[in-house]
Amino acid sequence: MTQALVKRPLLNTRGIIFLCVLAAVAFGVPYLNGAGALPDYAVSLIGKYLCFALLAIALDLLWGYCGILSLGHGAFFALGGYAMGMHLMREIGDRGVYANPDLPDFMVFLNWQELPWFWWGFDMFWFAALMALFVPGLLAFVFGWFAFRSRVTGVYLSIITQAMTYALMLAFFRNEMGFGGNNGLTDFKDVLGFDLQSQDTRIGLMMLSALAVAIGFLICRAVVVSKAGKVIVSVRDAESRARFLGYRVEGYKLFVFVLSGMLAGLAGALYTPQVGIINPGEFSPANSIEIVIWVAIGGRGTLIGAAIGAILIAAAKTVLTGLYPEAWLFVLGGIFVFVTIFMPRGVLGVWDSMVDEMWRLRGMNPRERRLKA
Amino acid sequence: MNAPSKNIEPGSGSEHAQKPSLLALDGVTRSFDGFKAINGLTLTIEPGELRAIIGPNGAGKTTMMDIVTGKTRPDGGTVQFDGHDMTRKDEADSARLGIGRKFQKPTVFETHTVEDNLLLSLRDDRSVFGTLFSKSDPAGRIAELLALIRLEDRRLDLAADLSHGQKQWLEIGMLLAQDPKLLLVDEPAAGMTDEETARTAELLRSLAGDHAVVVVEHDMEFVRQLDCKVTVLHQGAVLAQGPLETVSANEQVVEVYLGR
Repeated sequence: MTQALVKRPLLNTRGIIFLCVLAAVAFGVPYLNGAGALPDYAVSLIGKYLCFALLAIALDLLWGYCGILSLGHGAFFALGGYAMGMHLMREIGDRGVYANPDLPDFMVFLNWQELPWFWWGFDMFWFAALMALFVPGLLAFVFGWFAFRSRVTGVYLSIITQAMTYALMLAFFRNEMGFGGNNGLTDFKDVLGFDLQSQDTRIGLMMLSALAVAIGFLICRAVVVSKAGKVIVSVRDAESRARFLGYRVEGYKLFVFVLSGMLAGLAGALYTPQVGIINPGEFSPANSIEIVIWVAIGGRGTLIGAAIGAILIAAAKTVLTGLYPEAWLFVLGGIFVFVTIFMPRGVLGVWDSMVDEMWRLRGMNPRERRLKA
Repeated sequence: MNAPSKNIEPGSGSEHAQKPSLLALDGVTRSFDGFKAINGLTLTIEPGELRAIIGPNGAGKTTMMDIVTGKTRPDGGTVQFDGHDMTRKDEADSARLGIGRKFQKPTVFETHTVEDNLLLSLRDDRSVFGTLFSKSDPAGRIAELLALIRLEDRRLDLAADLSHGQKQWLEIGMLLAQDPKLLLVDEPAAGMTDEETARTAELLRSLAGDHAVVVVEHDMEFVRQLDCKVTVLHQGAVLAQGPLETVSANEQVVEVYLGR
């Protein structure tokens, strides 16, 4: 009788706990808000953190598992955000300052006579939602196609992803691009008939964000535990070995890059209506680097750790930029250096080591236990 | 892909009446920045043959393997493997067509278990979506391989935790899992103890027959143990060929190899 192969389940204990916490947030926050224990603004804030969590999970799939360090992931997030922002602009209709039923205010201001072709279709929600996934996916595909086929790897790839987001930022800053230039897109009124200023809509968006995190996590987890997930880790650890075993490495990298870009776009699409604005600042290289820091702090290659890192750092940023605005970047840099040196596997990695130590003290082999996780 | 090839049309001419060679390099050249790493190399390997390729540093051994596996494109000449033109293939193609390559430094997937290393190597669908929805469960085949490479009790250990020699064996196991027609083995005895070296020679000898095996080696003692036809490369071309005794008696070989 031969031993069966070890298969990792889609949901391990940790995954189930994670989904339970998400559900508790999705339903607990509105309850606390209704009971007066949580201020109204906190609901949108939590919704925003959840979008960051999804963004971090997307980057972790790419960086933690496939070893591709993208320093431009903010670009995919921002493109998703712009796609949704364009729909919200069209939804304003004739309620804008210039009361033009077709043209958003900034176009009237620029003396444009008609809607540019790339704004066509964004009056339909389904189209905008599709574009929020499709446009980041397409950018990831085209960029990845050229980069991976030319076998650009490591630091070089990271640098060109950074250049990509920087170029997009400069482009979106220009008024002629037709995306509101410096000011971006804002003054949104409603989405699908729901008033964006009402607390009920905000609660709904926060709950949707929690759902998106859950779905994004499950998709990434399904990829990671599949045989393709093993190939992806192999590409990270020994790319040439994977090639000489007959795996077309470019294909796997492209798949992960596109999937990750689309999830980042989804996060951006949920982010825009909750913060009420999307502007070229979202493309700034500093934003993309912050995403990398979230993942590093939470723990690379864990998915859940990335989400924890994003929420911890985003919350710390909210608190600290309120108290000592000048100090934030120093604190962030300090945390990053500390984590890199003392906790290379991040918060979740430290937790894992502690649990392993506990099992070892009880005389069990922690690795055999973890294989099934 | 369907380029006319004299090798895949048996009986098309008197000179090709016999069984075609598995691998045939003809007049292959390749230079790097003006340095001719391969210079008119002509070499054939028959199916199931065991062959040792020796030569001093810079003789073009590694470049030759890069060309055969599609990693490097030759500047000129033809490379035929099993009826395919290898000058138009990449590494993944070469693996899929049946060439297994073992690196000098053992290269296994360190963060995977021994079991997963073999699972990923077995012949199966290599496409992204094929692996994404893979349902294959080749437990029996993996157990056989584990027995062959004597790693049954390390099945669930990470490859990173294996000793140097065990990693070499795991990598050989991974190549066998691909069931290749041709095995290219780069200095398998490097860093091995005498006993491991002897066992590796024995393993490679036993593999020949089912697979053609080409061993690139420095260690003459190991080549002696392989007991097979030897090809000496020098400055990117074949200098001498034949049994080890004949080759090592060749004056030119002694000159380039021992630097006299």
